[in-house]
Amino acid sequence: MTKLIVLLVIVLGVLAIAQLVRLYELSSKLRDRREEDIPNRDNRLNATLLLVFVLALFASVIWMMSNFGWTGRGEAASKHGVGTDALLNLNFVIIFSVFFLTNFLLFFFAYKYVRKPGVKAYYFPHDNRLELIWTVIPAIVLAVIIILGLKSWNEQTSDATKEAVRIELFSKQFDWTVRMAGADNQLGYFDYKLTNENNPLALMTTATIQDAIDSMENGVSGIHSLEKKLNNPKLMFIPEDRTKMVLNLGRKERLIRLLYQMKARHNKALDARAKDDIVFGANDTLYLAKNQEYEFNFRAKDVIHSAFFPHFRAQMNTVPGMTTRFKFTPTITTNEMRVKMNNPNFNFVLMCNKICGSSHYKMKLMVVVLDKSEYKAWYKKVSAAKLFKDVYPVGKPKPVEPVADAMAMDTTAVTVK
Amino acid sequence: MAAHEAHAHHDAHGHHNHEEGFISKYIFSQDHKMIGKQFLMTAVFMGLIAMMLSILFRIQLAWPGEQSDFLSFFLGEWAPKGVMTESMYLGLVTIHGTIMVFFLLTGGLSGTFSNLLIPLQIGARDMASGLLNMLSYWMFLISSIIMVVSLFIETGPASSGWTIYPPLSALPDAIEGSGKGMTMWLISMTIFIASSLLGSLNYIVTILNLRTRGMKMTRMPLTIWAFFVTAILGVLSFPVLLSAALLLTMDRLAGTSFYLSDIIVGSEMLENHGGSPILYQHLFWFLGHPEVYIVLLPALGLSSEIIATNSRKPIFGYRAMIGSILAIGFLSFIVWGHHMFVTGMNPFIGSVFVFTTLLIAIPSAVKVFNYITTIWRGSNIYTPAMLFSIGLVSTFITGGVTGIILADSALDIAVHDTYFVVAHFHIVMGMSAVFGMFAGVYHWFPKMYGRMMNTRLGYAHFWITIVGAYGVFFPMHFVGLAGAPRRYYDYSVYGEFNQDSYDMIMDLNEIITIFAIIAAIGQVIFLFNFFYSIFRGPKAVQNPWKSNTLEWTTPVEATHGNWPGALPEVHRWPYDYSKPGMEEDFIPQTTPLMEGEEEH
Repeated sequence: MTKLIVLLVIVLGVLAIAQLVRLYELSSKLRDRREEDIPNRDNRLNATLLLVFVLALFASVIWMMSNFGWTGRGEAASKHGVGTDALLNLNFVIIFSVFFLTNFLLFFFAYKYVRKPGVKAYYFPHDNRLELIWTVIPAIVLAVIIILGLKSWNEQTSDATKEAVRIELFSKQFDWTVRMAGADNQLGYFDYKLTNENNPLALMTTATIQDAIDSMENGVSGIHSLEKKLNNPKLMFIPEDRTKMVLNLGRKERLIRLLYQMKARHNKALDARAKDDIVFGANDTLYLAKNQEYEFNFRAKDVIHSAFFPHFRAQMNTVPGMTTRFKFTPTITTNEMRVKMNNPNFNFVLMCNKICGSSHYKMKLMVVVLDKSEYKAWYKKVSAAKLFKDVYPVGKPKPVEPVADAMAMDTTAVTVK
Repeated sequence: MAAHEAHAHHDAHGHHNHEEGFISKYIFSQDHKMIGKQFLMTAVFMGLIAMMLSILFRIQLAWPGEQSDFLSFFLGEWAPKGVMTESMYLGLVTIHGTIMVFFLLTGGLSGTFSNLLIPLQIGARDMASGLLNMLSYWMFLISSIIMVVSLFIETGPASSGWTIYPPLSALPDAIEGSGKGMTMWLISMTIFIASSLLGSLNYIVTILNLRTRGMKMTRMPLTIWAFFVTAILGVLSFPVLLSAALLLTMDRLAGTSFYLSDIIVGSEMLENHGGSPILYQHLFWFLGHPEVYIVLLPALGLSSEIIATNSRKPIFGYRAMIGSILAIGFLSFIVWGHHMFVTGMNPFIGSVFVFTTLLIAIPSAVKVFNYITTIWRGSNIYTPAMLFSIGLVSTFITGGVTGIILADSALDIAVHDTYFVVAHFHIVMGMSAVFGMFAGVYHWFPKMYGRMMNTRLGYAHFWITIVGAYGVFFPMHFVGLAGAPRRYYDYSVYGEFNQDSYDMIMDLNEIITIFAIIAAIGQVIFLFNFFYSIFRGPKAVQNPWKSNTLEWTTPVEATHGNWPGALPEVHRWPYDYSKPGMEEDFIPQTTPLMEGEEEH
């Protein structure tokens, strides 16, 4: 019923406009006015409206600026971020001046030089001096902006110092995982082919390589189990599933060769780098110390994500197959920031800022900045409990599921009686 | 009268004037004016769809999770219980962007006005190749249909953003839309690129070869200069997008690793190794940035012509305007990396792109100052076209200045991919180009349909649109400064770490959506005016705006071949408005120079 009424209103509305237009046209005809002849009254009305519009625009821009703040995310909480904000403010001063000045001139001239009977437009095709002025002045202003911008860009992107703590941020749909470099301040090597349940970050040690080989050969959906399933005449598959399994098997057979190569080439001395890394679970909060420089190494497991730290004015994409880096030094602790923001529940955060799938908007990581003494206590605790060599069960033979069980769990397989 | 004259010149141009059947006149037409109108109709339709999509996702952003009969009416199962799904949200955003950028503002804007105006303003009977021109339209139509149909397939449309970055767009396991929806997106875009290339080649050849006697390059209206440079940009950059799309298709279908390396999606370990997703971004933005000017330059060209005509003054600094079009065109090819400051690209390359990008501000500033000087001491007449042109200059300024922040890599990392960027490009590229397109439609409507559009409805349309446009896009700057990333289904995550910020974002989102709905309703006025005037508008006279350019010397009743007699001869530049010592305030280009008169 409501839909019918809405439809009726729309139809009547259109008809009403049509009739009004008809009326307007007839009256124009009566007054012998053609559509292209704009009456002075209309012309002046629009000119005035243009001026009113620009003033209203300025008023609302100023209102928004004062109401919604310069930046709604609070003071910059990192060393370089303070510089970013200063430069940002300088740029805002420049662009707001240009915005106000040029928009005002545009609309004011439009208002002032509306057609007046008997006044002819001023024939003014060009003026080299004027054109030179408004080429050179923007060029000078831009040169200043470019120089200042590049200066801080170079500072932001220069290599981190040796003292900077190395942290890896590993991204996947739809969470972040933290790994700290540990005592040697060197992150252990990794290779995505080593990924399995025991080793979600795919760190590379002699043991993890062997483990990856074992699980790829003998695991639940390892090569042997796949071969057995495919060769079992008693099992019947939907053709699509069968194709998928064949493809999967072929892929695994090629990957295992690469794993054997890796095993042969692996240098045992490198294991130490990984063994003292501190590994956290997915979504575990990232803890940082105030005034400590950090070098973040970013990795992605599946698609491109982006590590966006709005409060630290930092951002870097995480790209599959490629490590990206960004460094910053937090300068305000979480507690200090809560006081500054007058918000006892405030937290720093790391958000995903590159579309990465349907739950993209939920992908975030809490960040806590502690002062040095608190941080030390926290670090002592985690470095006792979360070293990779302790978390990762080295040398324990993993129970390999019997193939028959694996088949029973596979719902796509149908046993022929 | 016109028909009679045409008959007299039967020997020279006879084949242009024979009676045409309905199908060859309206459907498989090779006449540039009809093809222009076909482009316009298709673009209006596509623009409406894309606008509708934006209203749907704006509702989700302003009132997340609230049940809406409106949403369930339009989205059906994609909005169970009246709340749209996450993947549909991303699909809507993706298709909105794709249609607006490519189908409305590239195909629609260039297709309509390059086709309509190039032959008419340079004094040619038609495009260099009518057949290619027709094919260009038909490919455009086919690609439009495929893109729209992709909204209706079961797994949903492509949903990795209009930039379709791999690996997301290459892996159907990563997001549903990367399955069949993505395949259709790629097919549609491939056909679209072919269409665009056929069109652009035709425009370039026509402008270079078919100018009438006396039409020197430096006597061409700025519209033609803009279309010319636009076409060159298109020919040089679209093939690169085509190759990017082909490589992506190979990765999707043939197991190649151009863009894929070391990926585990779900629990599936892929063997692709050695490719780089960043390669795709380089290829994409090599088109993507010139694309901004492919969209913008025609709009600037149209408004140059409209502002000169309606201020009754020559456009200020004609040669500087040409110079800045050329400079913008050239620079647009060496700035693409500013879209990629945070991809992990070498910081030194980043600094080069900072430098080149900020250089573009100079020719842009020159254009703005020249527009303002043209209006200064003019005798301005506010037709709807003139109002939209002034609106264009305003949005070009407002959106342009924030580009200075985004081009500066050190600042970009703080606002990259936030709503600040969304505000920037919607104002500078989206609104400016849309305003230019509206201005063009109001101004050249009499040339297209031989009738006039209603001026007062035009005023109402303009005022609602400009208030709506600023109301939608200006507040977005503040959403972005608060740190809100784009392409988020909702901002509930903010509630977990900063409630104040969340409240502010939601307030702004609500304001934005309300303005968007108002602006969308305002477009109904345009649609009504447009379609009503095609059939019932008052008949136009030959030169309603008292303009100098050649298209107004053709008869009101359009004929194939444009001029019934010999082609007009050009003696002067197109901007002799209010020239001192002349009686009329306009002198058509066909008027010979008087004795002792200097050209300009």
